[in-house]
Amino acid sequence: MDLSYGPQYEVFRDQVRGFIQSNRDRAGSAGSPRDDNARAWQKLLIEHGYAARTIPKEYGGAGLAPDILQSRIIAQEFARAGVSAGLGGQGISMLVPTLLEVGTEEQKRQFIEPTIRGDLVWCQGYSEPGAGSDLASLRTSGVLDGDDWVVNGQKIWTSTAHLADWIFCLVRTEPNAPKHQGISFLLFRMDTPGIEIRPLIDMTMNPNFNEVFFSNVRVPKHQIVGKRGDGWMVANVILKNERDSLADPNQSLARLNLLINLMKTETVDSKPLIDDPQFLDRLMRIQGRVMAMQYNELRVLSSKLNPGQDASLARLVTKYQGTELRHELEALAIDAMGEGGLGYGSNPYLRDAGSWQYWYMFYLGLIIGGGTSQIQKNIISERGLGMPREPKLA
Amino acid sequence: MQFGLSSEQTLLKDSVDHYVRERSSLQRVRQFAANDEGRASDLLLGLAELGVCGLLIPEQYGGVGLSPLDACLVAESLGYHVAPVAFTASAAMVPTALLLAGSDAQRSAWLPKLAAGRMLVGAALSELCGARAGAGVSAKLTAAGSQLSGRALHVLDFEADAYLVADSGCGLHWVAVDAPGLTRQRLDSVDRTRPIGELVFNQVMAQPLPGGGASTCQRILDLGRLMLAADTLGAAQSMVDQAVAYAGQREQFGRVIGSFQAVKHMCAEMAAGLEPCRAFVWYAAHAITDTPAESHLLACQLKAHISEVSRFVAKTATEVHGGMGFTDLLGLHYWFKRIGMNRQLLGTPERLRLDAARAQGLVA
Repeated sequence: MDLSYGPQYEVFRDQVRGFIQSNRDRAGSAGSPRDDNARAWQKLLIEHGYAARTIPKEYGGAGLAPDILQSRIIAQEFARAGVSAGLGGQGISMLVPTLLEVGTEEQKRQFIEPTIRGDLVWCQGYSEPGAGSDLASLRTSGVLDGDDWVVNGQKIWTSTAHLADWIFCLVRTEPNAPKHQGISFLLFRMDTPGIEIRPLIDMTMNPNFNEVFFSNVRVPKHQIVGKRGDGWMVANVILKNERDSLADPNQSLARLNLLINLMKTETVDSKPLIDDPQFLDRLMRIQGRVMAMQYNELRVLSSKLNPGQDASLARLVTKYQGTELRHELEALAIDAMGEGGLGYGSNPYLRDAGSWQYWYMFYLGLIIGGGTSQIQKNIISERGLGMPREPKLA
Repeated sequence: MQFGLSSEQTLLKDSVDHYVRERSSLQRVRQFAANDEGRASDLLLGLAELGVCGLLIPEQYGGVGLSPLDACLVAESLGYHVAPVAFTASAAMVPTALLLAGSDAQRSAWLPKLAAGRMLVGAALSELCGARAGAGVSAKLTAAGSQLSGRALHVLDFEADAYLVADSGCGLHWVAVDAPGLTRQRLDSVDRTRPIGELVFNQVMAQPLPGGGASTCQRILDLGRLMLAADTLGAAQSMVDQAVAYAGQREQFGRVIGSFQAVKHMCAEMAAGLEPCRAFVWYAAHAITDTPAESHLLACQLKAHISEVSRFVAKTATEVHGGMGFTDLLGLHYWFKRIGMNRQLLGTPERLRLDAARAQGLVA
């Protein structure tokens, strides 16, 4: 067992800290793709190899060799400093890795550089009203007419559709093939005629999601990733990475520390919340669970560095455990604050900008999104424990 | 960076696992429980040959000189097979106490016998983490040694040749089993695979360990908690494995019950809770040698957390077995009870969480 990263990595960590220290005033805010400041920050990060790190130079990235520990150090140090680690979004996190893996040379050259620089914003068209957990049953159709696909149907839960320039979209192009083999992965502009976007307000009251309707949307035939009918395979290249990113134990730890601070400083009847034995016990329970997930994550990381080590079950449980844990962590803050915990919106007595109610609800969304907890349990039992699939109805 | 078991550790785990599976079958466990054997000498000597009894004892005293993580792997194996073997006190807490607090003469006298499995020593430290009414040991130092009076409950590895005893001031003492004035009584517990008992001291002469004290006792207790947590990890893992295997065979409504989501989800919830505990055990074991400043917090939080997860596993795995799970015939209750006993020993979750809060200065 060796938990040190080694001296060369400590040098690297110092470099990252030095960069953050001297440039933090220029940092843009994360999650604002249309912000000039955020884009300028992103460009600076790419130049220094802190964003788009392993993307080849010819596609606009930093062109560095993959190094799991360096990536982890970058993530840790930016999180610790509370400084944006660059632009996110589904274009950068999902489409770019997909194109790198299965895109044509032309697609890589056309899309990767503007996407990672924040000049091109994407949304993801996967889920449909009738295709949630059973995503492969999606019905949005694409019919070839001359040199165009003609797309008709509806997508839902489409984050940032109202901000996006382009969409990457799963469409059924082979209606007579088995359901997993009839889907294609299309790319098209969001200002194409026939696209209608309606905001879908979630329970946090943020207009993050949308419904997107397609009526006779014409998409040039070559704007397809992979071959006709390969869309399910293309989408699955990276879906599993999405699950890992939904429950980052480093973020749980940061929230736990904020929760401890809240319970030490917020008072009820002139006594700090943490002096209440019941809330203290709940806090320690949550801490034990956060610790378990931290070390679990360390084990998963180690298994990527040491190929002989198996941590597949440890990896399968992170989305389910991590999202449930965050939901309960946020709930503890609300409970401990009593009536003060109900504040939201512009309430002048908010603690931590009202983030406790926000994340409490947001994580309920993540318990459902990205494969519900129930789907996760199917995956854990089938792939992790080798239990049989539910038999098909006759 | 490597956070996992080395090939030597995998080998150790495999060889102990193989031995225990062969020699400590459920039939052997039943025999031990039914006959009130107290001490399974055959198993102890076999394990001693594999180095298990001297795992934490340096080579100069006839041991193997391995780490707390290695000891966790053994404890996990013993828990997995509900082996009726003294380990937590005799192979972990007691040798560590001698190394931390014993004199040279004491180490030389006892460590080699412990390592060879020829001497078994119980641990009476429970009063330091929650003394019941009427329990507690006081010590008076005399020219001839220490003189102990009082009562110690829930003594671990009770069928022993000697005892390590903590007095109420955190002094440590070595008491021979035949010391005049010592009365012993086995205490029945729900788990019949590891006997515990009560010691009553009526002016019993003992040998004091020169290096006792609160922080030494805490380190010994934390090591015991770590071993109990690893034992629980093994026992709970076995229950998950047994439940998954049973659900794959048992048929109802014309299909194996493991194909029903209701049953699969029970198994998934058990695995999802338990799998991260494995890394938690490794990390807490690693902390004892490499980051001792956080090892007390980790030992408390680990044992509290794994006790909660494993209570759920014990109940749920039993339910997956349906009515059979409730019977003595199947024997699943040995695992249920092993997990239940570990939860109570050396600090229940509520108490350990309070200790964890104290260790962080969150409460006075």
